[in-house]
Amino acid sequence: MSNKDAYWAKTKNHMIVTLVLWAFFSLVIFMFGSELNTMSFLGYPLAYYMTAQGSLLAFVVMLFWTANKQEKIDEEHGYSEREED
Amino acid sequence: MDMKGGFIKNLPKVYGLYTGGFAVFILIMAIAEQAGVSAKNIGVMFVAFTVLIYAFIGYLSRTVQVDAYYVAGRQVPTVFNGMATAADWMSGASFVALAGGVYFGGYTYMAFLVGWTGGYVLVATLLAPYLRKFGCYTVPDFIGTRYGGNLVRACSVFVLFIASFTYVTAQINATGTIASRALGIPFELGVWVGLISILICSMLGGMRAVTWTQVAQYIVLIIAYLLPVFWISNKIGGGVFPHLMLGDEVARLGELEQQFGLVKNSAADMKAAGVPGGLKYISGPHSGVPDGGMAVWKYLSLAICMMVGTASLPHILMRYFTTPSVKAARKSVAWSLFFIFLLYSSAPMLATLSKLALMDPNLPTGIIGKSISDVQSIAWVQNWSAVKQVFIADFNGDGILQLNEWFMRGDVVVLATPEVAGLPFVISGLVFAGGMAAAMSTADGLVLAISNALSHDIYYKIVNPKADTAKRLIVARVLLVIIGAAGAYIASFRLTSILGSVAWAFDFAMSGLFFPLVLGVWWKRATRQGAIAGILAGILSGWAYLLYVYPKFSVAIWGVAHEPWLGIDHLRFGMIGAPVCLVTMVVVSLMTKEPDAATQKMVDDTRIPTGKAVLGKQH
Repeated sequence: MSNKDAYWAKTKNHMIVTLVLWAFFSLVIFMFGSELNTMSFLGYPLAYYMTAQGSLLAFVVMLFWTANKQEKIDEEHGYSEREED
Repeated sequence: MDMKGGFIKNLPKVYGLYTGGFAVFILIMAIAEQAGVSAKNIGVMFVAFTVLIYAFIGYLSRTVQVDAYYVAGRQVPTVFNGMATAADWMSGASFVALAGGVYFGGYTYMAFLVGWTGGYVLVATLLAPYLRKFGCYTVPDFIGTRYGGNLVRACSVFVLFIASFTYVTAQINATGTIASRALGIPFELGVWVGLISILICSMLGGMRAVTWTQVAQYIVLIIAYLLPVFWISNKIGGGVFPHLMLGDEVARLGELEQQFGLVKNSAADMKAAGVPGGLKYISGPHSGVPDGGMAVWKYLSLAICMMVGTASLPHILMRYFTTPSVKAARKSVAWSLFFIFLLYSSAPMLATLSKLALMDPNLPTGIIGKSISDVQSIAWVQNWSAVKQVFIADFNGDGILQLNEWFMRGDVVVLATPEVAGLPFVISGLVFAGGMAAAMSTADGLVLAISNALSHDIYYKIVNPKADTAKRLIVARVLLVIIGAAGAYIASFRLTSILGSVAWAFDFAMSGLFFPLVLGVWWKRATRQGAIAGILAGILSGWAYLLYVYPKFSVAIWGVAHEPWLGIDHLRFGMIGAPVCLVTMVVVSLMTKEPDAATQKMVDDTRIPTGKAVLGKQH
């Protein structure tokens, strides 16, 4: 497998992992809204908390994580861009 | 102003000074209020001052270069592009209507919050870095080059036009509403004042000017949103940091709902009482999750439409064409969402505080459960009743205001809560300036997305490929004015109701653009014929379903209102269009000849961050 193909295989896996996490926080947990709402977090009912704040925060953290991880994959395969300026 | 390296390096200083200057301006206004300047004049000064600053930035950013006009010279640093995207994204509707939506819709409505943020994960993983590497000027530029040919380019411009134009009239409408309220001029005039402000910010400098005004607008709008939320929370005992501390308040709202009862009014009762159109009352729980599989499906399908739609809206995708590198494009998406999160996570808090302020009889601001004659003598109730934004109907004739007897427009939550909670008027003036910034920044981005697609993809790429730079930029600016004026014309005649909801823009975009964009990067086998068939099948099937399901249209065409299939109503018609687009595109691609070696090489180059862009710096 060429370096390019190996790079793309890794990038693809990383994309899938990110989208699984995304689906969990955006869709899966809200399939169980009524059940989750019986639990509480910071004093808020859990499903309410997730839709008002929790999932949103999870997306932000996920995006920084995913960008950093992808940069590492770039470096490993020598596709890292030189810092401009 | 020197726009080269020096300016970019000095950005933190420039915007730091700007933010400090704005804070000083707020203080001066606060002092002016104490000194007896009228509320109306403070509102005028807030809007006039901020709009003049944006216009000044727009003037300083003027350019005669194609790549500065289309992609801000690809030198916008990560964090600043994040702020600009956040302003581009958060519309006048987000600013004034989001908290109101949560106020009335509760948990069910908050599918919008998840949808309008979760979509950025799709943007970052599937599209933004690859489109940046490609080096395109517009979204149709990618589709036209990747699949090859004028027809596919024109089809994607068609989808872009429908989606963005649906959105832009609503934004110009919002600028008009805010300008007319703050400046005390008629709405029809306010729309044109709004349009002129928008054009001054975008016409001379294109994307470069829009970028730097959007950063300035973000700073104003986020201060204008957060300051009242924190202030109100502290004032009514919600806690120093509302986001982490409103658990008890949410629980208290549950108790109050039990105490007052959630009653549904009949349409006949509301008509008999003369409730003005567009006003709502609380009939659903604040934090409770509605039972049943259908409720879950409606939540999920709305979230899916908004997420996938987000990842297909050209005015957002094109912001990531302006970063210096692929790496910066990825990080920039993360920063965008962080800046969006600051406002979106505050909207439910504002809704909670505002609801509690009105519902809790133990608070001095509470009105539910009080006598109607007392409530009617409160100053803010009188002011907002006079403009038909709030309404009281004593259905049971007991002289006491029940929860289902209090009607209010959603916008009032943001616009009037500072007044209700007894904050000084300077805060209300600030909120006007924030709403204006939010509406203007989104309208700018949308008008530019449309006119750039028409000038670059239709005029330059199809009609007159020999046009020189000067001619291209003149055409781009003329189109900008025409598109803006068309939007303002429709808005000024209040025809926006025929264009329906802003959610439609997301559904149109996802129906026609999502899969052609994503498969263009992730599936080499996708062919030109597949893309053309997919775009057309997606947008036309989505459109047909919208006509079928939206009562106003279906009554006009078929004479009856149809039941939605599986709960897929007019807000969710992308659930029909996007799958049709995907299936058509895959089937037709597999039936046609594999893309040639040059196209496959182009896709390979797109996938790798280093090396030359597929399209040159000037094209």
